[in-house]
Amino acid sequence: MKPLSSITADMADDVLFEFLHMEIVAHVYKEHATREDIDKERVTCVSTLELMGFRVGQGLIERFTKDCPTFKDDLDVMKFLCKDFWSTIFRKQIDNLRTNHQGTYVLQDNKFALLTQLSSGKQYLEEAPKYLAFSCGLIRGALSNLGLESVVTAEVSLMPSCKFQVVIQKL
Amino acid sequence: MAVCIAVIAKENYPLYIRSVPTQGELKFHYTVHTSLDVVEEKISGVGKALADQRELYLGLLYPTEDYKVYGYVTNSKVKFVIVVDSSNTSLRDNEIRSMFRKLHNSFTDVMCNPFYNPGDPIQSKAFDSIVSTMMVQAF
Repeated sequence: MKPLSSITADMADDVLFEFLHMEIVAHVYKEHATREDIDKERVTCVSTLELMGFRVGQGLIERFTKDCPTFKDDLDVMKFLCKDFWSTIFRKQIDNLRTNHQGTYVLQDNKFALLTQLSSGKQYLEEAPKYLAFSCGLIRGALSNLGLESVVTAEVSLMPSCKFQVVIQKL
Repeated sequence: MAVCIAVIAKENYPLYIRSVPTQGELKFHYTVHTSLDVVEEKISGVGKALADQRELYLGLLYPTEDYKVYGYVTNSKVKFVIVVDSSNTSLRDNEIRSMFRKLHNSFTDVMCNPFYNPGDPIQSKAFDSIVSTMMVQAF
């Protein structure tokens, strides 16, 4: 399988993954709706999606870093995540990376690919977290395979812009 | 042709060890185990030296009278160790590099297999066959 970065215009459309992702979210929620009560249902659905993203992130990182030299430090890893990793998956880079240099990073994407189809304002804001769980897992899986344990959360205030907060766990 | 090939996880336990069965396998397990020390030294040492060229291929770890040990580490801190016979001097650096390349490609495929959980012993038949092509043919 060729690395994604070398595949050009003749590759399958990005929209295929977007549709698949929407269906995955819908499916996971439908599955759980038939079983337990409302509160537990929300928590387990988000965890299921996040774990899926985690495993995918681990595999993707293995493939993408095959030819890269080793990373110097945490900031280098985050920069790689924001530029190469994000642009290979979502066809654009992270717009803004902020850090407090003590293990907390905020990645801001002003036009997040998986949210653009939902709305471009405040409509459907409460549904947005469902669609961000997989991507949070993706980031966490990628970092975990590179040796950094972290906690990743996402917040949305105005679609389709969103922020991922990454807190690196120092042992 | 390699005499022993091992894949070691980030936490330093083996995911896959295969050696030519003619000699005692325990000896190879021991060799791979001790080579991990050298690998660790190389990984941490590079940071203090030139930070420019941080290659994945570690080169010859240490030679003994019977065989030579080569190492390679991926960005996810998974280590590959290849042991070759010392008498086989025709094996050049480039060939070892290409062996590691093939191992890494095969390992990446194993990693992307949804039925494989990272951290489990590798049981993929495809990986087995790639390793077989690189091992000394036992008659």
